[in-house]
Amino acid sequence: MAEITRPKPGTPLRPQLGRLGPQGEVQVIETPLWKIRLRLLWRSFQSNFKIFLENPIGLIGLAIILLFAFMAAIHPYLLENVWNRNVYDPVIGIDQTITFHPAPPSAQHLLGTDPLGRDVLSQLMFGTRAAFILGILAAFVTVTIATTVGALSAYYGGAIDTFFMRLADLIIMTPIISLLIVMSALFEIGFTHLAVIIGLLGGLGGATIIIKSQALTIKVRSYIEAARVAGGGNAHIIFNHIIPNLLPLSFLYMMFSVTSAIALEAVLSFFGLLNIRMSWGLMIFTTQRAGYLLDLSKWWLIFPAGLAITMLCAAFYLVGRALDEVVNPRLRKR
Amino acid sequence: MRRFLFRRIAQNIFTFFLFLVLVYVLVDAQPGDFSNVYLNDPRLSPKQRTILRESLGLDKPVMERFVQWLGNAAQGDLGISFSNYPRPVLDVIAERAPRTIMLFLTATILSYSIGFLAGKILAWRRGGFLEYATTVTGVGLYTVFLPWFGLLMIWLFSFTLGLFPIGKFVDPIVWRRAPVEANDVFLRLMLTIFLASILFIALFSYSRRLNPGQRTPVRLVGSGIIIVAWFAYWASSGMGKYAADILHHLFLPILTLTLVNFAGTMLLTRNSMLETLREDYIMAARAKGLPDQVIRDKHAARNALLPVVTSFVLAVAFVLDGGVITETIFSWPGMGLTLLEAAVVQDIPMVIGALVFTGILALTAHLIADILYAFLDPRIRYT
Repeated sequence: MAEITRPKPGTPLRPQLGRLGPQGEVQVIETPLWKIRLRLLWRSFQSNFKIFLENPIGLIGLAIILLFAFMAAIHPYLLENVWNRNVYDPVIGIDQTITFHPAPPSAQHLLGTDPLGRDVLSQLMFGTRAAFILGILAAFVTVTIATTVGALSAYYGGAIDTFFMRLADLIIMTPIISLLIVMSALFEIGFTHLAVIIGLLGGLGGATIIIKSQALTIKVRSYIEAARVAGGGNAHIIFNHIIPNLLPLSFLYMMFSVTSAIALEAVLSFFGLLNIRMSWGLMIFTTQRAGYLLDLSKWWLIFPAGLAITMLCAAFYLVGRALDEVVNPRLRKR
Repeated sequence: MRRFLFRRIAQNIFTFFLFLVLVYVLVDAQPGDFSNVYLNDPRLSPKQRTILRESLGLDKPVMERFVQWLGNAAQGDLGISFSNYPRPVLDVIAERAPRTIMLFLTATILSYSIGFLAGKILAWRRGGFLEYATTVTGVGLYTVFLPWFGLLMIWLFSFTLGLFPIGKFVDPIVWRRAPVEANDVFLRLMLTIFLASILFIALFSYSRRLNPGQRTPVRLVGSGIIIVAWFAYWASSGMGKYAADILHHLFLPILTLTLVNFAGTMLLTRNSMLETLREDYIMAARAKGLPDQVIRDKHAARNALLPVVTSFVLAVAFVLDGGVITETIFSWPGMGLTLLEAAVVQDIPMVIGALVFTGILALTAHLIADILYAFLDPRIRYT
């Protein structure tokens, strides 16, 4: 039995992680705080990942996302080293050895060529990268705004809360596609603009309300009061205590935002309203312009792009749903 | 309840006003204005163009123009559509709005009822292969790229099977010597369907009070009478052929929109049911020895309905947006197609008119969902 001894006089009286040494004295473990935090984060990630793995639906989604990410990542390499840039460039390439375009799938063009003689597989891969960048950028903007605004309006309440909630009501009720159709017809909207617009509309809309209601339940927890008693200012409490606890939910909403951003971009490019180089929606628009839309004997013109949009959107949505079960314990299996 | 209603309506009017400001400022912020259309016309000197700008009021500040436009709009004057010249915007809206409302209402009601039923069963039979298959199919349909899906539907049902027409509102061959206007028939169609559904609701709420032995025969006979009366009316009116043609064209867009929308409700109902099933009163109902079906339908599902109704508020915009795409794919000449066509040719008055209409539709649906919510949940009593 080790005898419990008081620490030697002169040691600072602040709470420290310690253990009893062989002589019974307190040994202070010299581990920096960030290491402990990181370890805790890793441990919670592991346990959450285990719950995530229990759901095959989330795994299907994750597998599809990884497959598409691989496609997006390998495209620049292929274009540099394997494919001839003049033939396989997704926007300006043309295969002059084939007399009639769109040509069916062959050994050179695994998914055939489009009406302008460009390789469909190359376009598909380029479009994958575009979809990822757009989706993640828009989702990032959405989540940053929604989390900050949600935390602020839950913490302060009053006029800020009323303003942002009424704004969210307004945005929820606005049919965004109709609005974006008008905007993109009247203004020149490029890739980044679109991502920011979608992010803004999403971030100030529905996501804020849900994140705010979560922030309200966090605001009344005892550790927030403890932080206030310890002398923490408003900014400190919001950014160090409330927002970190909102992050799991924000991450969940990121998945749903990616889905809606990709779908929106595809619809707008399908109508030919966007000013972008190449995307999945634009591939279908090109097909439509060339008049092959209902000709399913030329399936490679519309199926790869349509299927890719659907699959990637569904994959992010499925991962979001699986994360929902991680974040919300009431949905888990008994 | 009355005060709640009053406050909600006042709030909605305010929101609608904000929406108008947003739409006007957005459209106004576009580069150039109407006088730029004549920029390439050498017969128009710069001085004349200035006069044109002045006479159109384009030289005034935005606020002044907005107030003027608002005053005109309040008197029912939304201007004249450029692309449908010389028809006023309101005239175009009056012609096309019923088609969109019909599509929107039918698809919403169908997708919510199917989604709720499917979600209820899905939560009850948790964990089987059926659940995974349905969830994946549901998510696939919910996130499907709608233009592509619409094309596949057209290809399958119209092109390959030949069951339905490829888009459009009516078949010109059938209507060549028609003694009636298509819109008259359509409005009458909407009216009779509306009356029939009111009768159905009345019948079902009446028969709920009867004892269980009488309930089924009363419902069967009542439904039979309503359906026969509906068909008899159309057969006797001499317009049956035309009404059938419109319905024939309407079927595929509604089917597409319903398929895409029902999954959202289904997945939400499932989640909501899973939460409800953990409540103590479900345990109590089981302990009482009630049959499974009664627990599911009367104890769990009714309480699980609340978040689903709330979600309707979020879904209104989603369904409306889906309507725009569906109308475009099926060339259904409603407000969505009108909006897209007007936006592409920069027919500004028509664009504003279409957006205003969409805003009104969204707000009305929102208000109805709010009232329904207060009506369904006895814990919420807005005073």
